Amino acid sequence: MDSKYVLIVAVIIFISAYLMLTPGNQYERLQIAGSTSVQPVIEKLAEKYQETHPNVRINVQGGGSGLGIRTVEQGIVNMGMSSKALSKDEKNGLTEYIVGRDGIIIIVNNNNPITNLTSEQIRSLFSGEIENWNQINGSDMGVHVVVRESGSGTLQSFQDIIMIHTKIRKDAIVQSSTESVKQAIKQDPGAIGFISLANMDNTVKAIIVNGISPSAQNIANGSYLLQRPFEILMKGPPTGISKDFLDYVMGSEGQAIIQKQKIIPANQLKQ
Amino acid sequence: MKDIGEFLIEKGLLITAFLSIIIILLIIIFIFSEGLPFMESYGFLKFIFGSIWDPSSGDYGVLPMIVGSLGITSLALVFAIPLSLLCAIYMAEIAPKTMRKILKPVIETLAGIPSVVYGFFGLIVLVPIMRIHFGGTGFSMFTASIILTVMILPTIISVSEDALRFIPHEYKEASLALGATHWQTIKNVIFPAAIPGIITAIILGMGRAIGETLAVIMVAGNVAQFPTTISDPVRALTSNIAIEMGYATGIHYSALFGTAIVLFIIIIILLVVANYFHYKKKITIGGGYL
Repeated sequence: MDSKYVLIVAVIIFISAYLMLTPGNQYERLQIAGSTSVQPVIEKLAEKYQETHPNVRINVQGGGSGLGIRTVEQGIVNMGMSSKALSKDEKNGLTEYIVGRDGIIIIVNNNNPITNLTSEQIRSLFSGEIENWNQINGSDMGVHVVVRESGSGTLQSFQDIIMIHTKIRKDAIVQSSTESVKQAIKQDPGAIGFISLANMDNTVKAIIVNGISPSAQNIANGSYLLQRPFEILMKGPPTGISKDFLDYVMGSEGQAIIQKQKIIPANQLKQ
Repeated sequence: MKDIGEFLIEKGLLITAFLSIIIILLIIIFIFSEGLPFMESYGFLKFIFGSIWDPSSGDYGVLPMIVGSLGITSLALVFAIPLSLLCAIYMAEIAPKTMRKILKPVIETLAGIPSVVYGFFGLIVLVPIMRIHFGGTGFSMFTASIILTVMILPTIISVSEDALRFIPHEYKEASLALGATHWQTIKNVIFPAAIPGIITAIILGMGRAIGETLAVIMVAGNVAQFPTTISDPVRALTSNIAIEMGYATGIHYSALFGTAIVLFIIIIILLVVANYFHYKKKITIGGGYL
């Protein structure tokens, strides 16, 4: 009995000694924070990057584009992530590196006969001005608007690009993830919502906006209206590990990973 | 030597008991220190009785969410109480042993299903049914309360069944000896005597209903406005915190802690009221076994 306890205690001491003595500061650290839309892509890139650079630890946090801009400006993090282009006030000595572009797709139920909408029609649908699909030559069904929670990057971009100063109707159903938005639209013939291109599949129907279909090609050449840049923000010129990671993201390997996440990588964009 | 052992065990138990009090206190202090300064600067009444929640334009009124939470919970209780009490009476008094042996584990399994599973079931199965039969989007206070009903059934059933079973056997025998039928005995003797325990069961069920977050988020629609009918979408206080916490910064973040304070106060009020009835009934009945 006693020897068993001694053994357990010895193992515990050994493990804790190992954990304490292994220095954590031999790593080079890179702190990244910002947009929750960009976060999964950068996490994937960071993961792959660390496989080939075992001495680097990259910490990727969410918090939203606003937080990314603020913290990188204050020097709290090395890099910020933003899913929108910076305004003049926000720029303030920051450099933007566009790593790719994401498309926002307006989706409806597969049984909805509507295929085309103009951005004004979308705005009226989401503001509540159009309450029945037959007002825009659709079938006689009530319009059910599904949106994301306030704070979501996708909602923010949709608001900026489509709604501008108009408010989304107050009784719009709020779903807290892209998947549940898709689920809500899939089962309700009168529903309309928006999701990111990366989550698009054939369970819902993508709407052609202003005559331009939301294909990767149309996002890359800039003709599709609902798109947003995925950016890395840095204060001053990149140095050391930041520069190395940025070069990796912009290089062919990083861009291939970005494309795999269904984001249009920067090297395919027509500037 | 033995005394020291006893002493250590006694103090050890005392420490664990204190630990839970300390943890509760820490949580309360944390929530209040994060939320109270905001409530003071925004205005306590404006926050509680404000009817618009729109963080992007600086409106933080939680009244629609208070109505939402209380609405979902009370509706769920309206469905769950008769169902679960009848089930508990059946299990405690009428069911044969074999039947009880089947029912008990089934109900316990119901309690063990994670809430995300209930939520997913609601989203995939209930929401479309509600949309087809009641109109609207299917995301509603009614849908949420049905899911909650199923979730709180096992709690209320098992606690009130225990309460019914712990009624002294003499009560039942005396009643039957007076010539009362089995149902008269249940209705007039056993059930009233078990009321304190049944109230405890309902409190526990209510606690689970008002605190449930994930399943409610998935089926309630989360619209921060007053419902006019039960098929309108609503947002619960818990959902409000869970949905927006991921992004909130600054004043919005504090407002969510303010929401937590409101939720906390509501739960305390409900507990006090429920406990009051629990003890009041206990004294008048005199069957104070629970």
